Amino acid sequence: MRAPDLLGRRLCIFTGKGGVGKSTVTAAMALLAAEHGRRVLVVEVDAKGNVTDRFEHPPVGFVPVEVHPGVHAMAMDTEASLREYLRLNLRVPVLGRIGPLARVFDFVATAAPGVKEVLTIGKVCWEVRESLEDRAPWDLVLVDAAASGHVIAQLGAPRSIRELVAVGPVRHQTEWMNALLEDPEVTALNVVVTPEEMPVVETIELVAAARSELAVPFGAVVVNRVLPELFTRADEEAFEAMRRPDLRERVAERVGPGAGPVLDGARLAVSLRRTRAGHLARLREAVDLPMLYVPYLFSRSHGLRETRVVAEALGAELGL
Amino acid sequence: MNPPPGAAGSIEPLLAAKEIVVCCGSGGVGKTSVAAAAALGAAVRLGGEVLVLTVDPARRLASALGLEGIGNVERPVPPEALAVAGHRPRGRLWAAMLDTKQSWDALVLRHAPDEETAYRILDNRLYHNLTARFVQSHDYIAMERLYEIHESGRFDLLVVDTPPSRNALDFLDAPRRMAEFFGGRLLRWLTAPYRVGGRRGARVLNVASRPFYQVADRILGSQFLQDIAEFFLNFQSMYDGFVERARAVERLLLDRRTTFAVVTTLEAAPLREAEVFCTELERRRFHLGALVLNKTLPSFFLDPAGAEAAERCVADAARIGEDLATTGIAGLTDAARNARVLATVGESYRNFSVVAAREAELRAELARVPDCVCDVPAFEADIADLEGLARIAKHLFGERPVP
Repeated sequence: MRAPDLLGRRLCIFTGKGGVGKSTVTAAMALLAAEHGRRVLVVEVDAKGNVTDRFEHPPVGFVPVEVHPGVHAMAMDTEASLREYLRLNLRVPVLGRIGPLARVFDFVATAAPGVKEVLTIGKVCWEVRESLEDRAPWDLVLVDAAASGHVIAQLGAPRSIRELVAVGPVRHQTEWMNALLEDPEVTALNVVVTPEEMPVVETIELVAAARSELAVPFGAVVVNRVLPELFTRADEEAFEAMRRPDLRERVAERVGPGAGPVLDGARLAVSLRRTRAGHLARLREAVDLPMLYVPYLFSRSHGLRETRVVAEALGAELGL
Repeated sequence: MNPPPGAAGSIEPLLAAKEIVVCCGSGGVGKTSVAAAAALGAAVRLGGEVLVLTVDPARRLASALGLEGIGNVERPVPPEALAVAGHRPRGRLWAAMLDTKQSWDALVLRHAPDEETAYRILDNRLYHNLTARFVQSHDYIAMERLYEIHESGRFDLLVVDTPPSRNALDFLDAPRRMAEFFGGRLLRWLTAPYRVGGRRGARVLNVASRPFYQVADRILGSQFLQDIAEFFLNFQSMYDGFVERARAVERLLLDRRTTFAVVTTLEAAPLREAEVFCTELERRRFHLGALVLNKTLPSFFLDPAGAEAAERCVADAARIGEDLATTGIAGLTDAARNARVLATVGESYRNFSVVAAREAELRAELARVPDCVCDVPAFEADIADLEGLARIAKHLFGERPVP
């Protein structure tokens, strides 16, 4: 399958099960895009400061801040999004009263389906539309989105709102938002996964659910933390022979008493890789999307250095 | 005080003394397996009736626990299955899965003043959305279900796995928020225009809520607001029972019979969340019982002798490879291949040592930890059966692995 032209889109959304490395992949993608001359906005939806952390930058707020040359980042905040919406679209003269109003709105939003989601995705779409019309400086908006369980509700919010709201400006707003989200020239939904059982299961389910409930075009599946293949089949035979008790001894005579841990360590690496290969095979069988592989990083720490290594891996996978 | 790396804490005293153990932590750290393993360990070693209430188990793990079908019913794990895994259990292990929708429906049916109101609520599309889609509703119902099972008095110990949520703390607030939500002045204020004179739907606005409705109408359209208000009017009829219940759930979580086990891996982000979680639990006076460090690399990756051997495997690969070839043993006849394998083996050890060292450092930096810290190593294959759970349990009970 050909590598998708993710840097050619205007909106790339990254979802996936918790803990698989969404923020790292999103940050790496931002770095890669910036290095290819794109002006990037990263939107962090579950604002935990994870993305800015990958740039070794303190957390940011609702107003985009440059966290790395060419990369701006902002944290989603539904109340601020509502405030902005009211100001820009309705010119509502209630700014003095926004406190209690926001509280009521928060309350309604908790109960009413899709309100918080639409404020989130609405702000994202707004930035994309502004950039398409040259009123915002972004070539590419990247979203570190909600985990797979929630992302369907988020991306489907414009649709659910349309079902619930018969008339009014909100209904009208959902129309252009949907048009952007469903345009394959503009948007790509990407799933980050690790080759482990639950992330793979969730990815398969997510892709199926997104296909039946949304019309948002897919980009790629990013397979993160892929362990290296240590041996060919013949090499592995040799390795297994070395693990026989008599040969362990013999190796130990040559390399010292640490031979045991070293051979056990390699055995663990081989088994981990094999278990993961099984999950990966299942994923490839069930999901017909382009896959981008990012190796497991045996690195000392997180931060910019790691982001850079992941960006290089993604660049190679995308043929850049 | 941090125990040295590899020191084995045991959750046995907690499992023996408490009635509820809540396993929490960020996504992907292995809460479900740890919860199931703790319950298995308690049933086998301590005895009594032990239930693991799980939210979203991997399919193979679910079937290992006998949870093939879905639904809310607690099922015993067949003793034969435990026996097959090499145990003679002193007690019984039960398992149940959380069915969010079914649990909510049961709650409505219990608290609604009459059947007609109950079904009006159950049929409302807002109700459907509220219960099915919103993460907080999962959080609340999990705690509510825990309360119900505890109330039944059928079990000596409940081990519960918390739902995946955007913020691992949400479920702690869920009962209080639910009570506030349905009892709030805001709700009364919001539904006021629809209650005036008993004529539902009549738009007689009081002065206070007029500006809100003017704005909301312009944004959402009035029909939508009316739908919401009607839904809440119906829901309010359950108010007393519901709020009483939510408070009881909160009391149970704060009770000394309940303890929390925070599960994390030794990766920066989950660990940071786990620390926040520990601090918050203590601040809110919940009982923090244990910290479980899951999927850690075996300590042999930190063995200085191992590092030296790995070094020599790489440096002397050719020479050792030739020596091994002279043994004439099948598989080792090709000296060049032997050398390649040795170099790879040494390189791989060095790679994993870097990660193990990073983990050890993160562990040492843990500022505030509970008295009990358990290490559960990364296993070479997925934990998908009772045997695998028993292996985790061994570590949770602080048995040092045989070197």
